[in-house]
Amino acid sequence: MKRYFRELSVSAALGIVLLGLAVFAPAFFQPQPLLSLVTREAPTLLVACGMALVIICRQIDISVGSQFSVCSVCAGLLAARGWPLALVVPASVGLGALMGAINGGLVAGLRLPSIVVTLATMVTLRQGLNLVRQGEFVNLPDNVQWFGLSQSAGQWTLVLSALAVLVVIGLAMRHWSAGRQVYAVGTNAEAARLAGIPPQRVTFLVFVFLGALTGLAAIMNIVQSPQVQPLSGAGLELKVIAAVVVGGVAIAGGRGNLWGAFAGLLLLACVSPALTHLHIEAYWEKAIQGAIILLAVVADGVRQRRAGP
Amino acid sequence: MNPSASAPLLTLRRIAKNFGGVRALRGVDFDLAAGEVHALLGENGAGKSTLIKVVTGAHLPDDGEITVAGRTVRRLTPTLAQQLGIACIYQQPALFPDLTVAENIGLRLEHGGARRRIDWPARRARAKDLLVRVGAAIDPEAEVNELSMPEQQLVEIACAVGAGARIVIMDEPTASLTQREQARLFTVVRELRTAGVGVVYISHRLEEIFALADRVTVLRDGASVGTHDVKTMDEAGLIKLMVGREVAQLYPPAESPPGDVVLSLQNVGCAASGVRNVSLELRAGEVFGLAGLVGAGRTELARVLFGLTPADSGEIRLNGRAITLLSPQQAIELGLAYVPEDRRRHGVILEMPIAQNMTMAVHRRIFPGTWLRDGAELALALDYVRDLAVKCAGPDAPGGSLSGGNQQKVSLARWLATKPRVLILDEPTQGVDVGAKSEIHRIIRRLAKDGLAVLMISSDLPEVLGMSDRIGVMRGGALAAVLPGGSDAHTVMAAALGQETGKGAA
Repeated sequence: MKRYFRELSVSAALGIVLLGLAVFAPAFFQPQPLLSLVTREAPTLLVACGMALVIICRQIDISVGSQFSVCSVCAGLLAARGWPLALVVPASVGLGALMGAINGGLVAGLRLPSIVVTLATMVTLRQGLNLVRQGEFVNLPDNVQWFGLSQSAGQWTLVLSALAVLVVIGLAMRHWSAGRQVYAVGTNAEAARLAGIPPQRVTFLVFVFLGALTGLAAIMNIVQSPQVQPLSGAGLELKVIAAVVVGGVAIAGGRGNLWGAFAGLLLLACVSPALTHLHIEAYWEKAIQGAIILLAVVADGVRQRRAGP
Repeated sequence: MNPSASAPLLTLRRIAKNFGGVRALRGVDFDLAAGEVHALLGENGAGKSTLIKVVTGAHLPDDGEITVAGRTVRRLTPTLAQQLGIACIYQQPALFPDLTVAENIGLRLEHGGARRRIDWPARRARAKDLLVRVGAAIDPEAEVNELSMPEQQLVEIACAVGAGARIVIMDEPTASLTQREQARLFTVVRELRTAGVGVVYISHRLEEIFALADRVTVLRDGASVGTHDVKTMDEAGLIKLMVGREVAQLYPPAESPPGDVVLSLQNVGCAASGVRNVSLELRAGEVFGLAGLVGAGRTELARVLFGLTPADSGEIRLNGRAITLLSPQQAIELGLAYVPEDRRRHGVILEMPIAQNMTMAVHRRIFPGTWLRDGAELALALDYVRDLAVKCAGPDAPGGSLSGGNQQKVSLARWLATKPRVLILDEPTQGVDVGAKSEIHRIIRRLAKDGLAVLMISSDLPEVLGMSDRIGVMRGGALAAVLPGGSDAHTVMAAALGQETGKGAA
């Protein structure tokens, strides 16, 4: 119980918010708007899963927003050229993995601090994309939106596949050797090395994995509208890092799990629609999200000091 | 006894210091006269470092009296020690690597608040003057990270001279020096002595003590066992003072004769970590103790055998087959296991549950496929918890909740789970209480009986003597001697210090 205190308290907070909405704004639970809300968050969930791994491994990647934009635009261009989705999806995933490999290679291979490396790649990718595309939108062929399905079928496909990815990775973190290795490296890289786990390889691979998930998330995003915005990923990194941290993943590595990150993401995602339904001005959204993040970080700090040496 | 019969520079009486339940110092007497070099000698863990920290004000003694130049000091703080003219030159100089020599000297010697203006020419001039006085040809404008270790030591000495230090403590200053650098350092020390400075000189090298010191005080188990004029002592006498203690503990006896050779090293060396030319054979069912002073290359040899710093010369054979060890993964696959020295930092992952700690090195082997089933993992953990008598709340408790001895057992379990053929233990009972210690000894003996080849590195001399079927003694990165089990402390210590066995290290 005590070990999962953070995850449980975030879930409890989420429960309270939902309960409050049920009482004061039952309209929030109308199926169609709710499904749309959840669908909008599905790509974020994928990136948050990858980010959780990177942070558990005691690294960070702030270039995911730029990676997301690059993957979205490239996937859109390929689709516009008439590539079938069956090829566009692996291409986007591969492109994401490649960008992740660049980050990972610099961090693990040259042992550079990940915050600086990914800051550099964030700016480079974003400005590079601006330079090439000049802010132009990509118009997608009709058969791309909702995978050519009806809107609600498409929405269900996105939500369920995002949840499936979450469940698989969440279980793998506990039950796969690879997941354990991420925790081990994030907690104590030297001890991990002495136990036969190669810390540099694990670090490299979590970045690649995050990149691949970001590429997949980009696909999940572009199928939701008839056009691809060139800056669709702007601010994504803050959103996912916030979700992961609120969900109890320690920024110092080695602690937390995907279930917590999931709850954190939902909690932050609820803020905006909740405000709308409660007729509170939308300006409060960022302030409330910020307060939630602050609360989570303070809770971690207090806990750590109490448990500390 | 010695020159200048006036009040000694420094007098320590009945100094005692406890850390928790460990009595690091229990009644040390020591005095230092002006213009003498007074050597401090003792085994690993005899209390030398603690004593230095008391004198420099880093540790407040629990009991005893410190007198500096006739004045009794109640609470010695690092600042007060500095004001009283006490300076310490550590083995690893504590300078700021990215600042210049002059800036480093300035930071030590210039006082004043954060808003004072720095007089750069004066700072440079003083640095230059001090460096000349200690006979160092170092550019004051050079950055410290460009300097060699001995040059950095000279900068430290220059600081001490500049601070007007009357008491200079040198902690193994020659540990990383070449012969020539050592000779130059000796000249500086002798000049300090001529200038009336009292030097406390700590070294493991007996020949240095005979070459340099006027008097020598030997520490053993946290107490001083005698101060002698160096001229009246010989090497054998000093070694006897250092090790003269009863082996109080009982060790489990060897129960079976050693079997076949499992691991053999032929002239193995690793330039990067300083291991040189090691040849030895390790047999199944044998506990091979590896003794030596701190820094003699024992852990470095273990790291070579575990693929952490691969050997660059010589040959390693496992069951007669030549092998190369380039990574820990490879070493594990071949059946080598290494229980590292610092279990809190490198062994047990404190935040992880015991069960996960135990299975960390064996995921692939014990779990079919790559899916770890909680049940199988817990069963394995429970087996080892029972087998090694780990005292814990359950296999789900975090590693950090255990006592030192039990953490060591978890660390050991992780490696036993790999079903190794060779088990390398690095300081297996360091910081472990007496009860757990003899338990671990019994486990080690049992493992050997079951056919494991055990290489046990230990700085605890009675442990090495009591546990080992054979004893290897390392010195300066090389295996200086291999002695039969049951050798006495004197012989082992002599080999570790480089006496009697002659030029074995060359």
